[in-house]
Amino acid sequence: ILLLHTCVKCVSLPEKVKIVEVGPRDGLQNEKTMVPTETKINLIDMLSASGLPVIEATSFVSPKWVPQMADQVEVMKGIDRKPGVSYPVLTPNLKGFQAAIKAGASEVAIFGAASELFSKKNINCSVDESLQRFDEVMKAAKEFGVPVRGYVSCVLGCPYEGKVAPEKVAHVAKRLYSMGCYEISLGDTIGVGTPGSMSKMLEAVSREVPVNALAVHCHDTYGQALANILVALQMGISVVDSSVAGLGGCPYAQGASGNVATEDVVYMLHGLGIQTGVDLSKLMDAGAFICRTLNRKTNSKVAQATCKL
Amino acid sequence: MGNVPTTVKHCLSYEQLIQDYPWLKRWLLEEKTNTGHEFPEFVKIVEVGPRDGLQNETEIVPTGVKIQLIDMLSGTGLPVIEATSFVSSKWVPQMADHTDVLRGIQRAPHVRYPVLTPNMQGFQDAVAAGATEVAVFGSASETFSKKNINCSIDESMLRFKEVINTAKERQIPVRGYVSCALGCPHEGYIEPSKVSEVAKSLYELGCYEISLGDTIGVGTPGSMFKMLQSVMKEVPTNALAVHCHDTYGQALPNILTALQMGVCVVDSAVAGLGGCPYAQGSSGNVSTEDVLYMLHGMGIETGVNLAKVIEAGDFICNALHRETNSKVAKARGRTLGCVSVRENI
Repeated sequence: ILLLHTCVKCVSLPEKVKIVEVGPRDGLQNEKTMVPTETKINLIDMLSASGLPVIEATSFVSPKWVPQMADQVEVMKGIDRKPGVSYPVLTPNLKGFQAAIKAGASEVAIFGAASELFSKKNINCSVDESLQRFDEVMKAAKEFGVPVRGYVSCVLGCPYEGKVAPEKVAHVAKRLYSMGCYEISLGDTIGVGTPGSMSKMLEAVSREVPVNALAVHCHDTYGQALANILVALQMGISVVDSSVAGLGGCPYAQGASGNVATEDVVYMLHGLGIQTGVDLSKLMDAGAFICRTLNRKTNSKVAQATCKL
Repeated sequence: MGNVPTTVKHCLSYEQLIQDYPWLKRWLLEEKTNTGHEFPEFVKIVEVGPRDGLQNETEIVPTGVKIQLIDMLSGTGLPVIEATSFVSSKWVPQMADHTDVLRGIQRAPHVRYPVLTPNMQGFQDAVAAGATEVAVFGSASETFSKKNINCSIDESMLRFKEVINTAKERQIPVRGYVSCALGCPHEGYIEPSKVSEVAKSLYELGCYEISLGDTIGVGTPGSMFKMLQSVMKEVPTNALAVHCHDTYGQALPNILTALQMGVCVVDSAVAGLGGCPYAQGSSGNVSTEDVLYMLHGMGIETGVNLAKVIEAGDFICNALHRETNSKVAKARGRTLGCVSVRENI
């Protein structure tokens, strides 16, 4: 066979990627140390200064379940909101939504799971039941003109069920989208995904939800996050969730890492010539700050490498 | 051979392909749906833990431990295991026991055990100790070359020429490394054309394979793509390998990019052994476990048993009293009693 020439596939990548910073919520929620309200506020303010366009500020969930987020109202009221930056908050039910609006929230988020067992173990109801609960939140959000972001967890694997069918993920994503969520963040909750399973899942989901309404939320528990994000970008995704300093461990693999570090994501994106609007050194300042306060090492390799050179 | 039809496929239209190569239809029908990015069906892993890994560990490892590590790795299915380095023990004390290690290991059939030979002296010692494959190191950065081996790139090529010619006479294959392929701790940015120049020299001197090393791990898929594009104009893709460091967490996406461009040889180190001498406390080599997890998850064959590599990693980390750098090993070792996702074991 005559090889014509080396065929380097021209991969088109997005020019811009929107980073959704989940450190203050998803990150801190999975940290054992209780973080004082003022520290949380300082962290969010530093992140606002780094150019991040979206910063998930807190969660209006019952403090009985998530004590770390008990100071939700003070955090929401205490932060310095930078114009042009969104500060979505989690609202698992109507009560949480109402409290969020009262505290000044202008964007909220809801969570569905792609795994029945995970849904039952996590929030004590089936996937369909959980989506019905969110119907009330969606209605209220529409009335208030508040945009809602939808999360799907366990998109590449479940700690209880193991493999998760891409069609199931697509089904849940489609439901959330048709309910009115403007964006669906697909979460590899236990970080087991690889470029193989990521591309199969995204193929299935992008048949049901427009790709510009999709985001990926990759966990780095098996070191696969950046590779998975790269594949997602190659498939047209241009919204990536990450957590400063890689805050937040994995509750299903003790001691292992969880969220992918924002610094490492930004380093990769900038290296690809993709714009994010983020100032990496200011971002690293925020990461250094929160790690000092938590008295823990950063999970970001970029932060580890850079500060030693 | 298995990768050839897929490469051709991208150059021609479907109709024309089927017309010209009727037997291809079966290949195309059997192809699994994917993103449309073709990957090699098989990737050769070159395990550099016992040499590159241990060389960069501060604790001196007893000879018996090195031998046991290599023997454990030999049982995992890894096709190539870089065993040691015949460099002066004055410069690299960790490798002082090179002869004992090479003589002490139990060589598995179908596994190759290359050793580093920076000069003729080293080469002769290596052959005397029973080496059947050697490797030489060039640099894409002049400053790095001068600081690392005390001579310019051109001077180093002359040294290697001697080694390679002698190796040819003895029918000993030589692998060539190019360090600083994506950046230099002294010079910073390295022009892709410089990398291709050095890669080409080594290839033309007679190296059968050129491993392109991101020595300080600063590369990203962007710079990896540009560098490989340049090198692939001078050296055939099937003679290329990537040696990525994970200092900035970029190793796996960089490897993925290389695979998408047709590279099918990847260097890695069990447990991510070996730090980075240019960023104290940071990681160096990418972990073999994490690479395998990714490749297997993509349906790429390697012939390697991940669980056995994890065992070898556990062994050496215990011996070194240190934690593994492999996220896969960390997660596997600590998963609470839930169903583990079996797809990748």
